[in-house]
Amino acid sequence: MRRVGAIRHLYVHVPFCAHRCGYCDFVTLVGRREEHAGYVDALLRELEFERELLGERVETIFVGGGTPTFLAPGELVRLLAALPAAEEVTVEANPETVTPRLAASLRDSGVTRVSLGAQSFQPHLLAVLERRARADDVRRAFYHLRDASFDNISLDLIYGIPGQGTSDLKRDLAETLALAPDHVSCYELEAKPGTRFTHAHGAELAQQAEAMEGYFEQVVDTLVGAGYRWYETANFCRGGRVARHNLAYWLGRDYLGLGIGAVSTVGPERWRNTPKLGAYVRALAAGSPPPRELEPLDPWTRGRERLMLGLRLDEAVPLAEVAGVLDEPALARLERLGLAERGTDSIALTRRGRFLGGGVTAELMAETPAKTTIAS
Amino acid sequence: MQLDRIRNFSIVAHIDHGKSTLADRILELTETVPQREMREQVLDSMELERERGITIKAQAVRVVWRGHQLNLIDTPGHVDFTYEVSRALQACEGALLLVDAAQGIQAQTLANAYLAIENDLEVVPVVNKIDLPQADPEGTASDVAGLVGEAPERVVRISAKTGEAIAEVLDAVVERIPPPRGDPAAPARALVFDSAYDQYRGVVAFVRMVDGRFRTRERLRAMAAGTRFEAEELGFFSPLRQPTEGLDAGEVGYVVTGLKDVSRLRVGDTITGEANPATQPLPGYKDVKPTVFAGLYPTDSDDYPALRDALERLKLNDASLFYEPETSQALGFGFRCGFLGLLHMEIVRERLEREFDLDLLVTAPNVAYRVVTHTGDELEVHSPADMPREFERVEEPYIRATTIVPKEYVGTVMELNNDRRGRFHHMEYLSEERVLLAYDLPLADVVYDYYDQLKSRTKGYASFDYDVIGFEPGDLVRLDVLLAGEPVDALSLVVHRTGAYSRGKALVERLKEEIPRQLFDVAVQAAIGSRIVARETIKAKRKDVLAKCYGGDITRKRKLLERQKKGKKRMKQVGAVEVPQEAFLAVLKLDEGKK
Repeated sequence: MRRVGAIRHLYVHVPFCAHRCGYCDFVTLVGRREEHAGYVDALLRELEFERELLGERVETIFVGGGTPTFLAPGELVRLLAALPAAEEVTVEANPETVTPRLAASLRDSGVTRVSLGAQSFQPHLLAVLERRARADDVRRAFYHLRDASFDNISLDLIYGIPGQGTSDLKRDLAETLALAPDHVSCYELEAKPGTRFTHAHGAELAQQAEAMEGYFEQVVDTLVGAGYRWYETANFCRGGRVARHNLAYWLGRDYLGLGIGAVSTVGPERWRNTPKLGAYVRALAAGSPPPRELEPLDPWTRGRERLMLGLRLDEAVPLAEVAGVLDEPALARLERLGLAERGTDSIALTRRGRFLGGGVTAELMAETPAKTTIAS
Repeated sequence: MQLDRIRNFSIVAHIDHGKSTLADRILELTETVPQREMREQVLDSMELERERGITIKAQAVRVVWRGHQLNLIDTPGHVDFTYEVSRALQACEGALLLVDAAQGIQAQTLANAYLAIENDLEVVPVVNKIDLPQADPEGTASDVAGLVGEAPERVVRISAKTGEAIAEVLDAVVERIPPPRGDPAAPARALVFDSAYDQYRGVVAFVRMVDGRFRTRERLRAMAAGTRFEAEELGFFSPLRQPTEGLDAGEVGYVVTGLKDVSRLRVGDTITGEANPATQPLPGYKDVKPTVFAGLYPTDSDDYPALRDALERLKLNDASLFYEPETSQALGFGFRCGFLGLLHMEIVRERLEREFDLDLLVTAPNVAYRVVTHTGDELEVHSPADMPREFERVEEPYIRATTIVPKEYVGTVMELNNDRRGRFHHMEYLSEERVLLAYDLPLADVVYDYYDQLKSRTKGYASFDYDVIGFEPGDLVRLDVLLAGEPVDALSLVVHRTGAYSRGKALVERLKEEIPRQLFDVAVQAAIGSRIVARETIKAKRKDVLAKCYGGDITRKRKLLERQKKGKKRMKQVGAVEVPQEAFLAVLKLDEGKK
């Protein structure tokens, strides 16, 4: 069943953080410095365990978190050194962790791209998000990375923060543009119901939800106006610096994920590692794979995912890959509404269609599999 | 039994004036139900039920008082069943008009008194609840005496609760109510004054024998319906079932027919013998037509067959219930049901929900319209969606509404009636304090929240009763709602031309609130014919995306999107527009009060 040697995209999850931000819903662990080394050991064991899945040539590696740069410096270097060589190696970093030394060490470890979690430049908004970094930290981190000759730096921004207004967002975008990052990810704040954050900011979040469509337009207009390419719903780049690793997800490629809570998709299977550090480390120490949740993926489901992810991009989706999952009458209707366009052998959303991508995609997904077999 | 030893009577009263308590006291005093035997009989009756006896409730009870056979005939309690009440009264020679000494004359007191007088009944006024501290027996007696043209001292003053003066009531029945007239030798004729459906025995008709005699196993015929059947069993209730060999002229009893459908033997019909049939039926049979209509839809569309079965079963017991399948774009499969009135509708709805455990959506009620088309065809329209957009003329049902209020509310009620296109008929001071107002009103304007308005504007002091008086031409128009240019059947209304604009405006404003924004601008319009009278635009959404979609956890994103798609499925697709079901209901509930 296993497709040996086919995977070219590797994700490595480092869950540790100095502090858990209120809005965060990733698998994270605060502190646990004494466990970092053991976790890196386990990661490397899992890599060994799955290495046969990786192709000869690995295209992208993404070390995400948590805060990978919160790892004890020696541990991060050890981890990066053990990873296979790749054309794009991204590491996520929180601004306050980026020192000239860390920047140089990343550079020396073969990292080609850094994704900097700025989120905002406004002190009051950073406080609401419970971020440790200040605006100055963001700028300083950015310059340290540039000084270490990183030519592919991405900034993460969040909008829809309780207390944020249009002018706050305008300032954040201006600050971002002033740094001239190669890539910007700009996400709507998603507060999960029942979280501490939602509890604390309920009323404000409802107000922000109403303003969200204005913010989204503001983000796209500003960044596109500044010469960035809106290549994915929430991602912008210039100079062709797309996030190749993320693009692999959006193009429906297979990938291997290492670490707690990490997800892998390999052919007809998707699995998710246990989110529990102890169980993960113990299993690998004992020479077995970590506990996993397995989800079979039939061609129908993969087709739907292909459509869902592909339509987020500014490039058309080949019809051949999604024909079986497409609701043809809906496509015709959406074309009439000026939301989708069918080319000779591909479909894409119009600019307005991309703003409505969720609803449009939901319409385009057929209810039930078409009678024709879907090529997997 | 000789005719001069028989008395047939009803008790008529406004709701809660003590009718059933008085009936209980009569049964006790006449020892129709001795305590010890009562228990045995009840047990017997349960046994019988197991042996497929009759399970229905008695509609007439026979008691014996000082050598006389008294038949107490029950009347349906409500205004919507005026016709049934009048048939029940026709089976009697007299009526006890029971009035609460604390509350005095109420609208139903009057309606029933008039009905009794119209049927040439001897009315015996009885003032009840004289034991209450706030009772005004003398004042009430004087009002009631005035109403029926009796001397105040002839009004019987009782307390059904304490049992005071119940014997006087029974004596008055014997002395003042005339014995039945009828010809025991003539071909048999019996008036059906009520009927019920027994699951084992079929239709059981409650009859008043007028002429002749019926015998068990005799072949009988309903003269209006033409239905033929055998008298499987004859008898009376006392208060439990007492089968007899026959029913004689002047008597009241039941006939077990074995018929499987109540509509084949309707209230008001005359039953005669097949062997020696009467030539003339008893007067006054009327095919009662429903006047109020509403759509009934199961909340869960899977319950449609259950609703159909429930309606079928209800119809067995309620011949006046009318229903036909109806399909709505908005609400799916359901039934258009016809009722005798709003309360009949409430009763049916309650029974469906309580006895059949159904969860129902009931659309706003509308009345029946008679339409003459340009080609001269006559239509009876039961749903606004069936109303032609163009027609020669249209008639709508009118009622004579009688309202009794303390005098300080006269202005309020007049104002309400004027708002509802009412025509003043007359006004009468029943006493210094209490005023009767009679108005002719289009029924259509009463089916929308009229009761609620009346109740709240008069702080609950008004009592209300009505009679349908016929159809009258109306300046009515069909108001359509268009979503993105397409008319939506379930949102059509028939309204008076003068209110059409404001109604249309209120409707589209409400819809704008109820319909979520779509992927495109949606025009919401109200139109009369081809003329748009109101318009709102639901602006298109500008953003509808799953913000974050990176990292490998694609399953969760896919499920989010699938959930979004499912949410769409729950909406009703009207043309290209997705409309939540709630929007239809909210709009159907839109009442005049929203104007």
